[in-house]
Amino acid sequence: MNFSLSDEQQMLADSARRFVQGGYQPEALWRQFAELGWLALPFDEDDGGLGAGLVETMVLLEELGRGGVTTPYLATVVLGGGILRRADAACRARYLPDLMAGDLQLALAVDEQERVFAPENTALQACEEGGGFVLNGRKTVVLNGDQADRILVLARTGGEPGDQRGLSLFLLDPGSPGVTLTPHRLVDGHRAARLQLDGVRLSADALIFEKDAAFEPVRQVLDEAILALGAEAVGALSVLLDDTVEYSKTRKQFGVPIGSFQVLQHRMADMFMALEQTRSLLLAATLKTLEGHDDARQAVHALKARIGGAGRHIAQEAVQLHGGMGMTDELAVGRYFKRITAMDGLFGGADQHLAAFARG
Amino acid sequence: MDLKVPEQERHFREEVRAFLNESLTPEILEAGRKTTSVFAPVKEVMAWQRLLHAKGWAAPHWPKEYGGTGWSVGQRAVFAEELVRAEAPPLIPMGLQMCGPCLIGFGTEEQKAHYLPRILSGEDIWCQGYSEPGAGSDLASLKTFAESDGDDYVINGTKIWTTYAHHANRMFLLVRTRRDGKPQAGITFLLLDMNTPGITVDPIVGLDEVPEQCQVFFDNVRVPKRNRVGEENDGWTVAKYLLTFERGGQDYAPALGVQLQRLKQIAARQTTAGGGSLREDPVWAHKVAACESEVLALSFTEKRIKSALSAGKDPGALSSMTKILGTELQQRVTELGIETLGSQALVWQPQALVPGGDEAPLGPEYALTAMASYLNARACSIYGGSNEVQRGIIAKAVLGL
Repeated sequence: MNFSLSDEQQMLADSARRFVQGGYQPEALWRQFAELGWLALPFDEDDGGLGAGLVETMVLLEELGRGGVTTPYLATVVLGGGILRRADAACRARYLPDLMAGDLQLALAVDEQERVFAPENTALQACEEGGGFVLNGRKTVVLNGDQADRILVLARTGGEPGDQRGLSLFLLDPGSPGVTLTPHRLVDGHRAARLQLDGVRLSADALIFEKDAAFEPVRQVLDEAILALGAEAVGALSVLLDDTVEYSKTRKQFGVPIGSFQVLQHRMADMFMALEQTRSLLLAATLKTLEGHDDARQAVHALKARIGGAGRHIAQEAVQLHGGMGMTDELAVGRYFKRITAMDGLFGGADQHLAAFARG
Repeated sequence: MDLKVPEQERHFREEVRAFLNESLTPEILEAGRKTTSVFAPVKEVMAWQRLLHAKGWAAPHWPKEYGGTGWSVGQRAVFAEELVRAEAPPLIPMGLQMCGPCLIGFGTEEQKAHYLPRILSGEDIWCQGYSEPGAGSDLASLKTFAESDGDDYVINGTKIWTTYAHHANRMFLLVRTRRDGKPQAGITFLLLDMNTPGITVDPIVGLDEVPEQCQVFFDNVRVPKRNRVGEENDGWTVAKYLLTFERGGQDYAPALGVQLQRLKQIAARQTTAGGGSLREDPVWAHKVAACESEVLALSFTEKRIKSALSAGKDPGALSSMTKILGTELQQRVTELGIETLGSQALVWQPQALVPGGDEAPLGPEYALTAMASYLNARACSIYGGSNEVQRGIIAKAVLGL
């Protein structure tokens, strides 16, 4: 048992922190990510990637979270790349080089209107017709959907919503006839889109995994996305705590810094403990998943529940302790507050994951 | 970064398990099951300490030259986990966890040679004379005074919340030896024999009707100066050393995990109004899951501390958290215990909780301990530095407020 970073992992953390603090240009960000090798991080060396694991992604995402960087990394590399990494060799050879070079943006479309987030809840229909498929239905909150060159669409080819069997995943060119994309912002500044499919015809080679067998790989990728989100959350939450502590040392009321009041000191101590407990669950979930422990998925559920619970706790306290200034768009606190709020809403909220944890 | 368990630790776990299987007698195990506090029934737990001592395992955390085991941080954790799993009563900490390490750090050769073997063997039972009626969280304001008189100190005053003073034959205590200057600078650390004339011990009956705590009165009690640990007026240094030792040394998660598992087994046997088992009730399950995920997080916080210690690093801030989190979870879990049992938890049979007693429990044994555990656990956020004091420490030492 060991929780120290290797020299290489430490170097990755240091270079990510320098990058984030160094004043990058948002327009050139993706190009720089490609040059730094970050887009190649999780892919096998045989596919031209760096062959790094979940720990490296965790290290990078924590720093991006700390920097409050808005990127399509989660959508393109973790979600889209996570799917393609598990696809057949031809598919990997066709798309991964472009992805790693920064020339291909991706999105994964799972969420649907009036359905709790869960891949098995998918209702969007894909019917076999003339050796291909015809897709009809709607997907909501497709992260990075407005910028994606390709969208991976989870659809039902058999069974009923609620069934894990009968799910298939399709690679969609958003320029195809019958596709309507409505771009929108998310509360935290990320981009997303609503996707409407009306009689969209796809050839059989658009199918990524075996027909009806997409549930398990999609679930694995969503677990990895929760781990990445957890790392980003830990980075963002540590800024919320640090900024709040710093503010309380400088903001004076009644002639003294407000950080000298015991009632506020104890609340910041609680924020500190909530943050460190979140980090502990991040380590538990990441290492158990990486090493294939039996209870890995339980730890992922516990982590996602905690991103919601601890995230709300720390972020709300950060705003409250900043007083009126916490309500403005001027300070970073507000931005991090919104990012943390968005994290609970993605991939199922805290209650949903705690219920799954309780079921075991 | 990995969770790999060294091969050597796996063998070690088997060795510990085998030893526990053959050594824990039915009497000791009954005392373990009926322990509803940090402090186990004296007679049985001292019998258990003698068995551990015979094996050389009474004080795994002590340096080997003083009778420790020389185990790694990982082995010590394995040993502690197995003790919890086997439901062995926890050893009384005042001698082994508190006084012993202080003597090893600050005692004279003569003190170490005399006291340490008697702590290990259980020949001496120690109590801790720290708190006073007017000095709880503000420990440095303590008033019990030791007047210098030739080769002796003469002590007058009183100590309170002195656990097991009525069972102990020794006390380590903090006394005031100077009245001027900073309060911390006039404190001295002494060892005394509880049979010295002038000492009166009054047991205090707790909410659970058990006289676990005492008040101790000192009326011109003479203590030889050779029983002083550290320098005169420098006892605060010794006391602080003990506190850091106390704080970093304990894992809460293993015992909490065992208690939650037991709770689920109990809930599986309770039928709800709707006919299903309580374990499947969503409200109950949600509360238990919230506790369980918190315990999972705590277990990794504790692993992070051990990983730092193994690498020779200071776990720093993390060790100040575990007392707060561990004790508050202990309170939540015991609360869930009485909620799970409903009216069955109200049946009050303190005599049936005495190991080897004549009174049989009216219901199942687990129902017997739930309320006493709940009542006793209210203390754990108060003792060892209240959780408010601990939050203050985090604010000052970690956050720099």
